[in-house]
Amino acid sequence: MKKSKVFWGLCLLAIIFYAVVQVMISGGILDMYYQSILIQMCINIMLAVSLHIIIGITGQFSIGHAGFMAVGAYFSAIATMKLGLPFPVAILIGAIVAALAGLLVGIPSLRLKGDYLAIATLGFAEIIRIIFLNVDYVGGAAGMVITNLSNWTYAFMGVFVTILVIANFTNSRHGRGCISIREDEIAADAMGINTTYYKVVAFTIGSFFAGVAGAIYAHNFFIIQPTTFGFLKSFDILIYVVLGGLGSLSGSVIAAIFLTVVSAYLSGYPEERMIIYSLVLIIVMLYRPTGLLGTKEITSLFKFGKRGGSKV
Amino acid sequence: MTANLLLEAENVGIQFGGLKAVQSVNMHLNKGELIGLIGPNGAGKTTTFNMLTGVYEPTEGIITFDGKKINGLKPYQVTKLGISRTFQNIRLFKDLSVLDNVKVANHNKAKHGIFASILRLPSHFAGEAKMEEESIEFLKIFGLDIYKDEMAKNLPYGMQRRLEIARALAAKPKLLLLDEPAAGMNPQETHDLMELIAFIRKEFDLTILLIEHDMHLVMGVCERIYVLDHGQLIADGTPQEIRSNPKVIEAYLGEEVVE
Repeated sequence: MKKSKVFWGLCLLAIIFYAVVQVMISGGILDMYYQSILIQMCINIMLAVSLHIIIGITGQFSIGHAGFMAVGAYFSAIATMKLGLPFPVAILIGAIVAALAGLLVGIPSLRLKGDYLAIATLGFAEIIRIIFLNVDYVGGAAGMVITNLSNWTYAFMGVFVTILVIANFTNSRHGRGCISIREDEIAADAMGINTTYYKVVAFTIGSFFAGVAGAIYAHNFFIIQPTTFGFLKSFDILIYVVLGGLGSLSGSVIAAIFLTVVSAYLSGYPEERMIIYSLVLIIVMLYRPTGLLGTKEITSLFKFGKRGGSKV
Repeated sequence: MTANLLLEAENVGIQFGGLKAVQSVNMHLNKGELIGLIGPNGAGKTTTFNMLTGVYEPTEGIITFDGKKINGLKPYQVTKLGISRTFQNIRLFKDLSVLDNVKVANHNKAKHGIFASILRLPSHFAGEAKMEEESIEFLKIFGLDIYKDEMAKNLPYGMQRRLEIARALAAKPKLLLLDEPAAGMNPQETHDLMELIAFIRKEFDLTILLIEHDMHLVMGVCERIYVLDHGQLIADGTPQEIRSNPKVIEAYLGEEVVE
């Protein structure tokens, strides 16, 4: 079918992109600095896409995503540093614990709507952060020292799997169920969609991949501290999703790439960075209130003559 | 008669705080019937619908559907049992395509699970293909298949009303509740709609409960009519009986029918 051709085409492109970058890294063309930006970019894409499934697809306004990232980061770090497990296993442990945390937080708080849900998730993320701050086993406020195990391959694999799973989920009856909740919860319920179930599922999947991102992040920076996962981090992730266009997977990916590049170039001027960052947001919201891509996907831009329709 | 009974409401009522919105409503719907529910604005018609579909839990009385008590079930559970509805103020999934709107309602008949979809197992493709095929069939009945890739919000008003019915039908109900399906339609559109309703009723072996303001329409198509006023049933019977019922005339129909 036509759709699966597009799908395989994109997979092929992704693999070529991976190989080219890998060759450039091995050949010494990309130094450590660029490698670290690339990995950072991958982490941000994972975070953006994992929040996209919660906010963009299911329409549940969660602003505590950094909390689940923290869970993934800390638990994977415990797995490698304290238990001596291999890194891929640690990523999985971090992701699963983050998913469980998402489930635990999701079940009570997803009864809430709109602003109330936002405040509740923000609160939960802060609780998670405070817990790590006060547990001496993981270093408390001083943080936890971690060996650098992340590399381009892990980061890329993480992004690839995240996008694949979330795109596949979205383009199925389950994803449609989630979108129908975003569009009109009462109608979705009346059409036989178990709204609570799908909200929790989306939340759990989102938390899982936030955990993956956290695990790769933890092993990229030699140290993790609870302050890193404060609500400012949650807002950073939220910004990727809103800027890219709520409901657009490719939009959130593009926004994550764009803003990572912007902040990398502005890293020398931290104060100005926030001003420019904020200006970019204000301008986008003024001129494109639906975000860069709205609810559309980048692939639909190539389908001339075809209107709207589904994603990827 | 009991073998034929599809839905029964016994002494059903609901209270919001101190306000008794609907009280002691007794209704029964037999299989295959087309029943009207009428009443002046604020009489409690939509509230009654909301109780039948699980949106509100009745504070008194029992609702039985197909032999099962459905009080306290969630709307999606009620839908799974076979009651499907449309809304007074259209509630389509506006940013989904026309086809996807119907597919959402078709959801429960599909079997492929979340992991099958994520891993793109054969059962996913088979399930999705079946949903697509069935959904297009429903669209064809309503003459909406030409719009299938259009966003629901871009449809003309009359088409949106039709799409809502198509969507409700895709949930494969035994009982279809239509909340003012002809609201805002012109006489021609209303006429076409009524023919369509008669058609789907036969085709899908449906029982239909209809809220409608258009007296002409209700009197014309319904076999029996329930009349609500101030949250209470004040009359029920055939259109002729309702027409001549003094209580109804007083509460609702006024001079128009008497003339």
